[in-house]
Amino acid sequence: MANLTEARPAARVREAQSHVSRRKLTQSVLSHVALIALSIVFLTPFLWLLSTSLKPDRQIFAFPPVWIPNPPTLRNYQTGLNFIPFWIYLKNTLIYCGLSIVGTIISSSLVAYSLARIRWPGRNILFGILVATMIVPPQVTFIPLFLVFKNLGWLDSLAPLIVPHWFGVPFFIFLLRQFFMTIPPELGEAATIDGASEWQIFRKVVMPLATPVLATVGLFTFLNTWNDFLGPLIYLNSPENYTLSIGLAQFRGQYSSLWGPLMAVSTVITVPVIVAFFFTQRTFIQGITLTGIKG
Amino acid sequence: MAVTVGSRRQPISPRTRRNLRVGLIFAAPAIVGLLLFVAYPLAASLYYSFTSYSVLQPPVWVGLENYNTLLREDPLFYKTMYNTLFIAVFTIPSSVVVAMGLAMLLNLKVRGQAFYRTIFYMPTIVPFVASSVLWLWIFNPQYGILNAGLWQVGISGPGWISDPSWSKPALILMNLWSVGGWMVIYLAGLQDMPKELYEAAELDGANWWNKTVHLTIPFMSPYILFSVILMLIGVFQYFTQVAVMTNGGPADSTRVYALYLYQNAFTYFKMGYASAMAWLLFIFVVGLTVLIFRTSARHVYYGGQ
Repeated sequence: MANLTEARPAARVREAQSHVSRRKLTQSVLSHVALIALSIVFLTPFLWLLSTSLKPDRQIFAFPPVWIPNPPTLRNYQTGLNFIPFWIYLKNTLIYCGLSIVGTIISSSLVAYSLARIRWPGRNILFGILVATMIVPPQVTFIPLFLVFKNLGWLDSLAPLIVPHWFGVPFFIFLLRQFFMTIPPELGEAATIDGASEWQIFRKVVMPLATPVLATVGLFTFLNTWNDFLGPLIYLNSPENYTLSIGLAQFRGQYSSLWGPLMAVSTVITVPVIVAFFFTQRTFIQGITLTGIKG
Repeated sequence: MAVTVGSRRQPISPRTRRNLRVGLIFAAPAIVGLLLFVAYPLAASLYYSFTSYSVLQPPVWVGLENYNTLLREDPLFYKTMYNTLFIAVFTIPSSVVVAMGLAMLLNLKVRGQAFYRTIFYMPTIVPFVASSVLWLWIFNPQYGILNAGLWQVGISGPGWISDPSWSKPALILMNLWSVGGWMVIYLAGLQDMPKELYEAAELDGANWWNKTVHLTIPFMSPYILFSVILMLIGVFQYFTQVAVMTNGGPADSTRVYALYLYQNAFTYFKMGYASAMAWLLFIFVVGLTVLIFRTSARHVYYGGQ
C-alpha cells in the first residue's frame, strides 16, 4: 500500500480528501475477506458430508481426499436407507415431532396467556418457578421419570417422549409470555365489553396475533424433538420403535466403517432440519417485526 | 398488583376471585407439569440418592453411602470430573472468543450480513447424532479431511478421537463448529449498543483495540456472563457427542460426567448411585448460578449509571 502511494503522488491528495471513505472501503474489503474465509471453514464439514455421501467406495478411501465425486452415485443412499428400516424410523420421528409440537403450542400458550394477561395472585411466583426449572438438568429427573413410565407400562413407546410436551415447556412459556405482554390490554378489554369470555379472547384475539411466534415455538420444538437423542435412548428398546437419531447411532455402532452409507443417512437426517430452518427464517423475522404491533 | 389474599381489610373482590379461577385454569398444564415432571422427580431422586436401588428390588436406605463412595472411593468419578472440567476450561473461553469475533465481524454492517449469519448458525441446528458421525469421519486419522489438510502443510496429524491425549482437544475443536447460537445472542447485544458511545470515543482518538476493550467488552459483559453460565451448565450435560463417538473411550479419556451418570443408571442399573451423582450435579449447577449472579454485580456493566 505504501509503495503505491509513493509511486503516484497525485493520488495522495485525493487520498487525503477521501481518507474516511477509503478507510471504510478497506474495512469493508477486509471484513468480507475474513467472512468469506470463515464461511469456507464453517461450510467445509457440510461439503465433506455431502461429497462423501455421493462418492463410490474407492474415492471415499483415497488419500489425498477427493472432493468431487466421480462419478457421483446414490449407491450409499440406497445402502444406508435399507440397512436401517429408514421409513419406520422416519414415521416414529414424525409422530414424536408432530404430537410434541401440537402439545407444546397449545399448553405453553395457555400458560403464557394466564401469566401475561390475567391478573391473579401468585402468577409471578409461578412464573419465577417455571424460569428456575430451566436450570434443572434432565439427569436429575430422568431416573424417577423412567421408573414412573415403567410402572405405567409406557416404556418402549413414544408416550414418555411426547406427553411431557403437553404440560407447558418453560422456555416457550417465557417466550410467549414476553410476546403476549406486548399486545395492548385494550384489545382484550374491548372484546370483554362485547361479552367475550377469556377463552374467546385467547382464541380469537391473542392467538391469531401470535401466529409468527407460535411458528417459532413450533420450529424450535421440531428441532429439539427431531434431534433428541437422550430421550429415545432411555425409553426405546425395540428397533421398530426407534427414532432416526437413535437409529443412526445404532447403525454407526454396528457398522463403524461404512462411511459412505453413514454419511448418506446423516445427510438425510440433516436436510429436513436445514430446510425447516430456511423455510421459517422469514417467519422468524416477521415475528420479531410483529412484536411492535399497533393497538 | 399487590393483591393481598385473605386479608381482613381487603376482602377478595369478585373480580380477583374470578381472575384467580380463570388464571389457574389456564395455567393448569404448567402447574400439573411442575408437580409431575419436576417436583416429584426432584424429590424422588433425592430419596433414591440415599438408597441402593437396582430397579429389580425395592430401594434400600443406605444413608450417605453413595455420596461417600463417590467422593472417597470412586476414581472414575474424579476422572469424569477432570474430563468435564478440561472440556469446560478450553471450550468455554474459545467459544466466547470465536462467537464474539464472528458477531463483531457481522456487526460491521457488511453487505450480506444475513447470509453470513445463516452460514455460521447452520451447524448449531444439525442433529447431534449426525454431526457426531460426521466429525468421526472428519477426525479419521487415515482418510479424514482434517489430517489431510494438516498433511498438505507438512504436519503428520494425530489420531484425534482414537488417541487418549487428543480425544478431548478433538471434542473441543468440534464444539467450536457450533458456536453460532451464542454468536446470534452476542450480535443482538452488539446491535443494542448506543452509537454515541463509539462516536464519542472516536472523537477522542480511540482506535479499534481501545474501543473493543473499553466499550464493547464492558457493554457486552452481561451477555458474556449469561452465556458462560449456560455453557458451563451445558458442559456438565455434555452427552450425545461422546455417547455416539467414543462411549467414553479411549482409556476413559472422554468419559464425561453426564455419560458416567447415564451409564451408572442405565448400563449398571445403580439408580441410587446415579441419583447421588445427579444431585451433586444439581447442587453444583444451582451453586454456580447463584455464585456467578452474586459476584457479577461487581464487574459487570448492566446499563444505566
